Amino acid sequence: MSDSPAVLEHAEHEDRPELRHHFADVEQQRNAASLGMWWFLGTEIMFFGGMFCAYLIYRRWYFPEFAAASRTLDLKVGTFNTVVLICSSLTVAMSVRAAQLGKHKQQVRLLFWTLVFGLSFLGIKTYEWGNKYKEHHIPTFDYNVISGEGNIVKGNEALLGIDEVQNDPVKLRQRQEEIQQHTKIFYSLYFALTGMHAIHMIVGVGIFIVILWMAHKGRFTPEYHTPLEIAGLYWHFVDIVWIYLFPLLYLIDRRPGA
Amino acid sequence: MSEHSEHIVPARLYILIWAILIVCTVLTAWVATVDLGKFNTVVALGIATFKASVVVLIFMHVKYTSEKMTKAILLAAVFWLLLLLVLSLTDYSSRPQGLLVPSSSDLVRMV
Repeated sequence: MSDSPAVLEHAEHEDRPELRHHFADVEQQRNAASLGMWWFLGTEIMFFGGMFCAYLIYRRWYFPEFAAASRTLDLKVGTFNTVVLICSSLTVAMSVRAAQLGKHKQQVRLLFWTLVFGLSFLGIKTYEWGNKYKEHHIPTFDYNVISGEGNIVKGNEALLGIDEVQNDPVKLRQRQEEIQQHTKIFYSLYFALTGMHAIHMIVGVGIFIVILWMAHKGRFTPEYHTPLEIAGLYWHFVDIVWIYLFPLLYLIDRRPGA
Repeated sequence: MSEHSEHIVPARLYILIWAILIVCTVLTAWVATVDLGKFNTVVALGIATFKASVVVLIFMHVKYTSEKMTKAILLAAVFWLLLLLVLSLTDYSSRPQGLLVPSSSDLVRMV
Protein backbone atom coordinates (compact mmCIF):
# COMPACT_ATOMS: atom_id res chain seq x y z
CA MET A 1 0.00 0.00 0.00
CA SER A 2 2.72 2.48 0.97
CA ASP A 3 4.58 1.58 -2.25
CA SER A 4 1.85 2.90 -4.52
CA PRO A 5 3.11 5.49 -7.09
CA ALA A 6 0.90 8.25 -5.70
CA VAL A 7 2.42 7.91 -2.25
CA LEU A 8 5.98 7.84 -3.63
CA GLU A 9 5.27 10.89 -5.74
CA HIS A 10 3.93 12.68 -2.72
CA ALA A 11 7.09 11.78 -0.84
CA GLU A 12 9.27 13.32 -3.58
CA HIS A 13 7.23 16.51 -3.46
CA GLU A 14 7.69 16.60 0.30
CA ASP A 15 11.49 16.52 0.35
CA ARG A 16 12.02 18.60 -2.84
CA PRO A 17 10.73 22.10 -2.14
CA GLU A 18 11.82 23.22 -5.65
CA LEU A 19 9.57 20.60 -7.30
CA ARG A 20 6.32 22.25 -8.46
CA HIS A 21 3.14 20.26 -7.81
CA HIS A 22 2.20 19.98 -11.49
CA PHE A 23 5.31 17.99 -12.36
CA ALA A 24 5.60 14.27 -11.67
CA ASP A 25 9.28 14.40 -10.76
CA VAL A 26 12.38 16.58 -10.85
CA GLU A 27 13.56 15.25 -14.21
CA GLN A 28 10.24 16.06 -15.89
CA GLN A 29 10.38 19.57 -14.44
CA ARG A 30 13.94 20.04 -15.63
CA ASN A 31 13.15 18.81 -19.15
CA ALA A 32 10.12 21.10 -19.38
CA ALA A 33 12.16 24.15 -18.31
CA SER A 34 14.97 23.34 -20.73
CA LEU A 35 12.52 22.74 -23.57
CA GLY A 36 10.83 26.07 -22.87
CA MET A 37 14.17 27.87 -23.16
CA TRP A 38 14.91 26.08 -26.45
CA TRP A 39 11.53 27.16 -27.86
CA PHE A 40 12.33 30.72 -26.82
CA LEU A 41 15.74 30.52 -28.51
CA GLY A 42 13.95 29.28 -31.65
CA THR A 43 11.90 32.50 -31.68
CA GLU A 44 15.10 34.47 -31.04
CA ILE A 45 16.61 32.94 -34.20
CA MET A 46 13.56 34.20 -36.11
CA PHE A 47 13.93 37.63 -34.47
CA PHE A 48 17.60 38.08 -35.37
CA GLY A 49 17.10 36.20 -38.68
CA GLY A 50 14.98 39.01 -40.10
CA MET A 51 17.66 41.59 -39.41
CA PHE A 52 20.41 39.33 -40.75
CA CYS A 53 18.37 38.85 -43.93
CA ALA A 54 17.92 42.62 -44.42
CA TYR A 55 21.66 43.04 -43.84
CA LEU A 56 22.57 40.39 -46.45
CA ILE A 57 20.30 41.87 -49.14
CA TYR A 58 21.66 45.42 -48.70
CA ARG A 59 25.19 44.10 -48.54
CA ARG A 60 24.67 42.42 -51.93
CA TRP A 61 23.23 45.58 -53.43
CA TYR A 62 25.75 48.09 -52.07
CA PHE A 63 28.83 45.96 -51.56
CA PRO A 64 31.52 48.66 -52.16
CA GLU A 65 29.88 51.09 -49.70
CA PHE A 66 29.38 48.31 -47.13
CA ALA A 67 33.01 47.18 -47.49
CA ALA A 68 34.33 50.74 -47.09
CA ALA A 69 32.11 51.40 -44.05
CA SER A 70 33.09 48.05 -42.49
CA ARG A 71 36.76 49.12 -42.65
CA THR A 72 36.01 52.02 -40.29
CA LEU A 73 35.19 49.54 -37.49
CA ASP A 74 38.13 48.82 -35.20
CA LEU A 75 39.28 45.27 -36.03
CA LYS A 76 41.54 44.87 -32.97
CA VAL A 77 38.87 46.04 -30.52
CA GLY A 78 36.25 43.85 -32.23
CA THR A 79 38.47 40.76 -32.05
CA PHE A 80 39.29 41.46 -28.40
CA ASN A 81 35.59 41.83 -27.57
CA THR A 82 34.84 38.49 -29.25
CA VAL A 83 37.51 36.89 -27.04
CA VAL A 84 35.95 38.51 -23.93
CA LEU A 85 32.54 37.06 -24.84
CA ILE A 86 33.97 33.57 -25.44
CA CYS A 87 35.63 33.73 -22.01
CA SER A 88 32.24 34.55 -20.46
CA SER A 89 30.72 31.51 -22.18
CA LEU A 90 33.46 29.31 -20.71
CA THR A 91 32.83 30.61 -17.17
CA VAL A 92 29.06 29.96 -17.59
CA ALA A 93 29.67 26.38 -18.81
CA MET A 94 32.15 25.79 -15.96
CA SER A 95 29.76 27.20 -13.32
CA VAL A 96 27.01 24.79 -14.49
CA ARG A 97 29.57 22.01 -14.12
CA ALA A 98 30.55 23.25 -10.64
CA ALA A 99 26.84 23.14 -9.68
CA GLN A 100 26.55 19.57 -11.03
CA LEU A 101 29.49 18.58 -8.81
CA GLY A 102 28.28 20.58 -5.80
CA LYS A 103 31.35 22.85 -5.74
CA HIS A 104 29.60 25.85 -4.25
CA LYS A 105 32.46 28.34 -3.93
CA GLN A 106 33.80 27.65 -7.43
CA GLN A 107 30.31 28.04 -8.88
CA VAL A 108 29.84 31.48 -7.28
CA ARG A 109 33.33 32.61 -8.34
CA LEU A 110 32.73 31.55 -11.96
CA LEU A 111 29.38 33.37 -12.04
CA PHE A 112 31.08 36.49 -10.73
CA TRP A 113 33.61 36.31 -13.58
CA THR A 114 30.79 35.84 -16.09
CA LEU A 115 29.36 39.18 -14.97
CA VAL A 116 32.80 40.81 -15.17
CA PHE A 117 33.29 39.57 -18.76
CA GLY A 118 29.71 40.50 -19.75
CA LEU A 119 30.04 44.04 -18.40
CA SER A 120 33.50 44.40 -20.01
CA PHE A 121 31.98 43.49 -23.36
CA LEU A 122 29.32 46.18 -22.92
CA GLY A 123 31.95 48.73 -21.83
CA ILE A 124 34.11 48.06 -24.89
CA LYS A 125 31.04 48.25 -27.14
CA THR A 126 30.16 51.66 -25.63
CA TYR A 127 33.70 52.85 -26.38
CA GLU A 128 33.31 51.73 -30.02
CA TRP A 129 29.94 53.49 -30.35
CA GLY A 130 31.52 56.62 -28.84
CA ASN A 131 34.14 56.60 -31.60
CA LYS A 132 31.41 56.29 -34.24
CA TYR A 133 29.75 59.36 -32.71
CA LYS A 134 33.00 61.35 -32.92
CA GLU A 135 33.45 60.30 -36.56
CA HIS A 136 29.90 61.45 -37.47
CA HIS A 137 29.03 57.88 -38.46
CA ILE A 138 25.73 57.71 -36.55
CA PRO A 139 22.96 58.14 -39.14
CA THR A 140 21.53 61.40 -37.83
CA PHE A 141 21.74 65.10 -38.71
CA ASP A 142 25.50 65.60 -38.88
CA TYR A 143 26.13 62.29 -40.64
CA ASN A 144 29.14 62.66 -42.93
CA VAL A 145 31.35 60.04 -44.56
CA ILE A 146 32.67 62.00 -47.55
CA SER A 147 34.66 64.68 -45.72
CA GLY A 148 35.99 65.60 -42.30
CA GLU A 149 37.05 63.22 -39.52
CA GLY A 150 35.01 60.26 -40.67
CA ASN A 151 36.01 60.42 -44.33
CA ILE A 152 35.72 56.87 -45.67
CA VAL A 153 36.40 57.81 -49.30
CA LYS A 154 40.08 58.54 -48.65
CA GLY A 155 42.02 55.35 -49.39
CA ASN A 156 38.92 53.65 -50.85
CA GLU A 157 38.71 55.67 -54.12
CA ALA A 158 39.09 52.63 -56.39
CA LEU A 159 36.68 50.48 -54.35
CA LEU A 160 33.99 53.18 -54.33
CA GLY A 161 34.39 54.06 -58.02
CA ILE A 162 35.48 57.62 -57.27
CA ASP A 163 38.47 57.34 -59.64
CA GLU A 164 36.23 57.02 -62.69
CA VAL A 165 34.17 60.15 -61.99
CA GLN A 166 36.99 62.30 -60.60
CA ASN A 167 37.01 64.67 -63.61
CA ASP A 168 33.23 65.11 -63.90
CA PRO A 169 31.95 67.39 -61.08
CA VAL A 170 28.27 66.47 -61.62
CA LYS A 171 28.90 62.70 -61.60
CA LEU A 172 31.29 63.06 -58.66
CA ARG A 173 28.65 64.90 -56.63
CA GLN A 174 26.08 62.24 -57.54
CA ARG A 175 28.42 59.42 -56.53
CA GLN A 176 29.22 61.13 -53.21
CA GLU A 177 25.49 61.47 -52.57
CA GLU A 178 25.05 57.72 -53.18
CA ILE A 179 27.94 56.89 -50.86
CA GLN A 180 26.32 59.02 -48.14
CA GLN A 181 22.98 57.20 -48.55
CA HIS A 182 24.25 53.66 -48.91
CA THR A 183 26.74 53.78 -46.02
CA LYS A 184 23.91 55.19 -43.91
CA ILE A 185 22.11 51.87 -44.49
CA PHE A 186 25.22 49.99 -43.32
CA TYR A 187 25.51 52.05 -40.14
CA SER A 188 21.76 51.80 -39.45
CA LEU A 189 22.01 48.00 -39.66
CA TYR A 190 25.25 48.07 -37.63
CA PHE A 191 23.58 49.98 -34.79
CA ALA A 192 20.36 47.94 -35.01
CA LEU A 193 22.21 44.60 -34.88
CA THR A 194 24.87 45.46 -32.29
CA GLY A 195 22.27 47.45 -30.32
CA MET A 196 19.83 44.52 -30.22
CA HIS A 197 22.71 42.26 -29.25
CA ALA A 198 23.71 44.70 -26.49
CA ILE A 199 20.12 44.78 -25.16
CA HIS A 200 20.28 40.98 -24.98
CA MET A 201 23.58 41.27 -23.12
CA ILE A 202 22.06 43.75 -20.62
CA VAL A 203 19.14 41.37 -20.04
CA GLY A 204 21.67 38.54 -19.65
CA VAL A 205 23.64 40.52 -17.06
CA GLY A 206 20.37 41.15 -15.17
CA ILE A 207 19.51 37.44 -15.24
CA PHE A 208 22.99 36.48 -14.05
CA ILE A 209 22.89 38.96 -11.17
CA VAL A 210 19.81 37.05 -9.93
CA ILE A 211 21.50 33.69 -10.64
CA LEU A 212 24.63 34.81 -8.77
CA TRP A 213 22.50 35.84 -5.80
CA MET A 214 20.67 32.48 -5.85
CA ALA A 215 24.00 30.64 -6.09
CA HIS A 216 25.38 32.69 -3.22
CA LYS A 217 22.35 31.67 -1.11
CA GLY A 218 23.20 28.04 -1.88
CA ARG A 219 20.04 27.42 -3.91
CA PHE A 220 21.76 25.22 -6.49
CA THR A 221 22.68 21.62 -5.71
CA PRO A 222 23.84 18.70 -7.85
CA GLU A 223 20.17 17.56 -7.88
CA TYR A 224 18.66 20.95 -8.73
CA HIS A 225 20.27 23.78 -10.70
CA THR A 226 17.79 24.27 -13.55
CA PRO A 227 17.65 28.10 -13.39
CA LEU A 228 21.44 28.29 -13.77
CA GLU A 229 21.36 25.78 -16.61
CA ILE A 230 18.68 27.51 -18.70
CA ALA A 231 20.13 30.98 -18.03
CA GLY A 232 23.36 29.47 -19.39
CA LEU A 233 21.57 28.39 -22.57
CA TYR A 234 20.42 31.99 -23.10
CA TRP A 235 23.94 33.35 -22.50
CA HIS A 236 25.50 30.93 -25.00
CA PHE A 237 22.87 31.89 -27.58
CA VAL A 238 23.74 35.58 -27.24
CA ASP A 239 27.39 34.57 -27.67
CA ILE A 240 26.50 32.74 -30.93
CA VAL A 241 24.74 35.84 -32.30
CA TRP A 242 27.97 37.78 -31.77
CA ILE A 243 30.00 34.97 -33.38
CA TYR A 244 28.08 35.75 -36.60
CA LEU A 245 27.91 39.53 -36.15
CA PHE A 246 31.69 39.85 -35.84
CA PRO A 247 32.66 38.52 -39.31
CA LEU A 248 29.55 39.99 -41.01
CA LEU A 249 30.10 43.54 -39.72
CA TYR A 250 33.86 43.81 -39.16
CA LEU A 251 35.29 41.56 -41.86
CA ILE A 252 33.39 42.43 -45.07
CA ASP A 253 36.58 43.22 -46.97
CA ARG A 254 39.84 43.69 -45.08
CA ARG A 255 42.19 42.76 -47.92
CA PRO A 256 44.90 45.40 -48.19
CA GLY A 257 44.74 47.34 -51.45
CA ALA A 258 41.56 45.58 -52.62
CA MET B 1 11.45 8.22 -7.95
CA SER B 2 13.55 8.65 -11.06
CA GLU B 3 17.03 10.04 -10.45
CA HIS B 4 18.07 11.94 -13.55
CA SER B 5 21.49 11.18 -14.92
CA GLU B 6 22.99 14.40 -16.23
CA HIS B 7 26.12 14.19 -18.31
CA ILE B 8 29.00 15.97 -16.61
CA VAL B 9 31.45 17.25 -19.20
CA PRO B 10 35.13 17.01 -18.16
CA ALA B 11 36.64 20.43 -17.35
CA ARG B 12 39.49 19.67 -19.75
CA LEU B 13 37.06 19.41 -22.68
CA TYR B 14 35.49 22.79 -21.82
CA ILE B 15 38.92 24.41 -21.74
CA LEU B 16 39.88 22.73 -25.02
CA ILE B 17 36.68 24.09 -26.64
CA TRP B 18 37.45 27.56 -25.24
CA ALA B 19 40.97 27.40 -26.73
CA ILE B 20 39.57 26.29 -30.11
CA LEU B 21 37.11 29.22 -30.08
CA ILE B 22 39.88 31.73 -29.27
CA VAL B 23 42.15 30.32 -32.00
CA CYS B 24 39.28 30.45 -34.52
CA THR B 25 38.55 34.09 -33.59
CA VAL B 26 42.15 35.15 -34.16
CA LEU B 27 42.30 33.01 -37.32
CA THR B 28 39.18 34.58 -38.83
CA ALA B 29 40.46 38.12 -38.10
CA TRP B 30 43.82 37.27 -39.70
CA VAL B 31 42.54 35.37 -42.74
CA ALA B 32 40.27 38.33 -43.62
CA THR B 33 43.43 40.33 -44.43
CA VAL B 34 44.65 37.64 -46.88
CA ASP B 35 43.38 37.93 -50.44
CA LEU B 36 41.32 34.82 -51.20
CA GLY B 37 39.13 36.52 -53.80
CA LYS B 38 35.49 35.56 -53.43
CA PHE B 39 36.34 32.95 -50.80
CA ASN B 40 37.03 35.47 -48.01
CA THR B 41 33.32 35.61 -47.15
CA VAL B 42 32.91 31.82 -47.46
CA VAL B 43 35.85 31.21 -45.11
CA ALA B 44 34.62 33.83 -42.58
CA LEU B 45 31.11 32.32 -42.47
CA GLY B 46 32.53 28.77 -42.41
CA ILE B 47 34.64 29.56 -39.33
CA ALA B 48 31.65 31.30 -37.66
CA THR B 49 29.42 28.28 -38.31
CA PHE B 50 32.08 25.92 -36.92
CA LYS B 51 32.38 28.07 -33.78
CA ALA B 52 28.60 28.23 -33.35
CA SER B 53 28.29 24.44 -33.78
CA VAL B 54 30.91 23.77 -31.11
CA VAL B 55 29.15 26.13 -28.66
CA VAL B 56 25.77 24.46 -29.33
CA LEU B 57 27.08 20.90 -29.08
CA ILE B 58 29.39 21.17 -26.06
CA PHE B 59 28.61 24.35 -24.06
CA MET B 60 24.85 23.98 -24.60
CA HIS B 61 25.03 20.18 -24.07
CA VAL B 62 23.09 19.30 -27.24
CA LYS B 63 25.59 16.50 -27.95
CA TYR B 64 24.73 14.85 -24.61
CA THR B 65 21.00 15.48 -24.34
CA SER B 66 18.63 12.52 -24.47
CA GLU B 67 15.75 14.91 -25.15
CA LYS B 68 14.90 14.51 -28.85
CA MET B 69 12.62 17.58 -28.83
CA THR B 70 15.64 19.85 -28.16
CA LYS B 71 17.29 18.61 -31.35
CA ALA B 72 14.01 18.86 -33.27
CA ILE B 73 13.51 22.51 -32.23
CA LEU B 74 17.11 23.36 -33.09
CA LEU B 75 16.94 21.73 -36.53
CA ALA B 76 13.55 23.34 -37.26
CA ALA B 77 14.86 26.79 -36.28
CA VAL B 78 18.00 26.46 -38.42
CA PHE B 79 15.95 25.10 -41.33
CA TRP B 80 13.56 28.07 -41.04
CA LEU B 81 16.47 30.50 -40.98
CA LEU B 82 18.02 28.94 -44.11
CA LEU B 83 14.64 29.05 -45.84
CA LEU B 84 14.38 32.78 -45.10
CA LEU B 85 17.94 33.61 -46.13
CA VAL B 86 18.31 31.38 -49.21
CA LEU B 87 14.90 32.12 -50.75
CA SER B 88 15.11 35.86 -50.07
CA LEU B 89 18.61 36.13 -51.50
CA THR B 90 17.82 34.10 -54.64
CA ASP B 91 14.75 36.30 -55.19
CA TYR B 92 16.62 39.59 -54.74
CA SER B 93 19.59 38.36 -56.77
CA SER B 94 17.39 37.76 -59.81
CA ARG B 95 15.90 41.27 -59.86
CA PRO B 96 17.25 44.71 -60.71
CA GLN B 97 19.42 45.72 -57.78
CA GLY B 98 19.09 48.67 -55.44
CA LEU B 99 16.34 50.75 -53.94
CA LEU B 100 13.91 52.27 -56.43
CA VAL B 101 14.19 55.66 -54.79
CA PRO B 102 15.55 58.63 -56.73
CA SER B 103 18.61 60.18 -55.15
CA SER B 104 18.36 63.83 -54.08
CA SER B 105 20.56 64.89 -57.00
CA ASP B 106 18.05 63.24 -59.38
CA LEU B 107 15.29 65.24 -57.76
CA VAL B 108 17.27 68.46 -58.13
CA ARG B 109 17.71 67.77 -61.84
CA MET B 110 13.99 66.99 -62.22
CA VAL B 111 13.20 70.47 -60.84
